[in-house]
Amino acid sequence: MTVLCLVELDGAGAADASLRALTFARDVAGPDGQLAAVVFGEAPAGEALAAYGVTDAYVIEPAQLAGYAPLAWGRVLAGLIEATGADAVLAAGTDRGSEVMAHLGALTGLPMAANCVSATRSGPRPGGAGTWQIVRQRWAGLLLEDAELESSPALATVATDTVAPVPAAAPATLTVHAHQPALADGDLAVRATESATRSGGVSLATARVVVGGGRGVGGPDGFAPLEELASLLGGVVGVSRVVTSEGWRPHKQQVGQTGTKITPELYLACGISGAIQHIAGCASAKHIVAVNSDASAPILSHAEYAVIGDLHKVIPALVAAIKARGGSA
Amino acid sequence: MEILVCVKRVPQVGGKIVVTADGQDVDTRMAGFAMSPHEECAVEEAIQITERLGGAVSVLTLGPPDAAEQLREALALGAGRAVLLETDGREWGPVATAEEIAAEARRRADGGQGYDLLLLGNEAADTGDYQVGVRVAHALGWPCATGIKGIEITGGTVRARREYRGAEELFEFGLPAVVTVKEGINLPRYPSLPGRLRAKRAAIETHQPQWRPEGLRKQALRVPETERKQATVLGNGVDAVPALLTLLDELGVLP
Repeated sequence: MTVLCLVELDGAGAADASLRALTFARDVAGPDGQLAAVVFGEAPAGEALAAYGVTDAYVIEPAQLAGYAPLAWGRVLAGLIEATGADAVLAAGTDRGSEVMAHLGALTGLPMAANCVSATRSGPRPGGAGTWQIVRQRWAGLLLEDAELESSPALATVATDTVAPVPAAAPATLTVHAHQPALADGDLAVRATESATRSGGVSLATARVVVGGGRGVGGPDGFAPLEELASLLGGVVGVSRVVTSEGWRPHKQQVGQTGTKITPELYLACGISGAIQHIAGCASAKHIVAVNSDASAPILSHAEYAVIGDLHKVIPALVAAIKARGGSA
Repeated sequence: MEILVCVKRVPQVGGKIVVTADGQDVDTRMAGFAMSPHEECAVEEAIQITERLGGAVSVLTLGPPDAAEQLREALALGAGRAVLLETDGREWGPVATAEEIAAEARRRADGGQGYDLLLLGNEAADTGDYQVGVRVAHALGWPCATGIKGIEITGGTVRARREYRGAEELFEFGLPAVVTVKEGINLPRYPSLPGRLRAKRAAIETHQPQWRPEGLRKQALRVPETERKQATVLGNGVDAVPALLTLLDELGVLP
C-alpha cells in the first residue's frame, strides 16, 4: 500500500506530532508498503525520516512555495495523490494538519476522518471505492467512534495523543524527490504572512509540571500561591474552563477540550472538580494529584493521589516546605 | 457588514459521558444542551464586529426542531435573524452540512443581501470533524482561515491571527470570507433581559434539507476503556503536606 503523510517541521527536524503520524502511517502502509513523507521547507536530515520507515520524501522547497498556505498545501497533496496513486493520505491532527486535510477533502470531494486512533483497510467493494474500518475520537477523545470509511484514497488525521512516536525496526532506504507543485490561481490568497517569534518561558503544552487551578481558587486574586509553586517546580499554571469563562485568568492558560492538551510528568489539580471536558485536556499527564476540599469530587476518580483540604492552606504550606527543604539542602 | 454565524446544538456533559444502549448517540436524558463552545465565541465576535463596523448578524443551525433553543440564545445576545435547517434528528455528516450552509449563503445572495463574512467554530464539541468551515469556503469559492483567535477588519480586508506552537501567525485576505474561531478569541457576554424577551418572540426562518449518507459512516460510539480507580488519599489539609512533599520528591519534580 502507498501512504502519503504530511510532515510538519519544528526547527530543523520533523515535529513530534508528525513523528507520531508517521508511526501510524507506517502501520497502515504495512511491511512491504511505500511510506511517502511530504515536507514543505528545507527537508530534515534523511536519516531521521528513514529511521521512521519513510521510503520516499517529496520535498517542496521554499523557492517553490514559501511559508504556510493551507489551500496550496492541500493542492500539493491532491497532485501527489495523482502522481503516486496513494491509497491513503494522513496528517497529524494539529491545527495545520487538520486544516490542510480539510482543504484536501474539499478539493477532491472525498470524506475526511478526523483524529483517527486506528485505520485498517477492509477491502475494496466490487467495482467500488476502498473501504476502511476506522476508530476515531469524538469529544476530544472522551468518546470513540467505530466507523466505516468508503473512499479512495482514504483521507484522515491522526489522534497524536494516542500514538507514541516509534522508529521502524530497521531504517528504510529513502529516496528524496524535489517536488515542483502545480498550483492554481488563488491558492496563495491565504498564507501566513507573519510568524511572531516564540515567546520565552515554559509553554503549557510542553511543561513538565502543571499546577492547575479551578473554581476552588475563588477568584482572580487567589492564584499567587499556585504561581509561586509552579515557578518553584519549574512549571506553569493551568486553569479550568470556569476560570477563563469568569475572566479570572486568560484563556491561553486553559487546560481542556477547548484549551490546551497537556502532557506533564505531574499535574497538581487544585480546586478543580474534574468536569469531563477538563479531563480531556489533562488525561495524558503521567501523574495526577488532586488537592480538593470535596472528597467526592469527580477529579478523584482520575487522580492517582489526593489531598483532601483547602488549597488556600495546603499550597502555601507546601511552598514553605519546599523552600525549607531547599534551605537545608 | 452582513455576518452569518453557524452554531451547533451539543449535549452538555458534566462529569461523565454515557452512550445510549444502541450505541448510536450520547445519552442526553440527564443532560441539557448548549451551543458548542467555540461557536458561543463566534456569536460574540460577530456582534462585536457589527458594533464596530455596523451591519447585522444572522445565526444558523442545522439540527432538530429543538435546536431553535440555541438560535434563540444567539438572538438574545444580539443576533437579528435566525435560520433553522431542520433535520429529522438523524446525525448529519460534515460534507452535507457544509453544502446546506453554502446553499443558505447563496439564497441570501440571490435575495440581494449576501453575507460578507461567515463565522463558525473551529470544530464541534461532539463530532469534532474539523472541516465544515473549509468545505463551505470551497463551495462558495471564498478564502478561509481556521482556528482563529483574533479578527480585525479594515475596508474589505480581514486580518486573522492564530496561535502556532506558542507563537502567532497572521493571515490577511479579502471579504467575503469564511473564518472559524476558537474559544479565547473573546469573552462572551451574558444576554440582557430585553434581549431574552426579544428572542422569545422572534420568528425563525426554517428550511428542511434532505439528509444524505456520506463516505464516513458511524457504526457505534463507545467510551474508551480507561483504568478508573479512586485516588489514594495522602491525608487531610496541611497534615498531608509532608506526604505530598515525599511524593513530589519520588516523582523527581522538586528543585
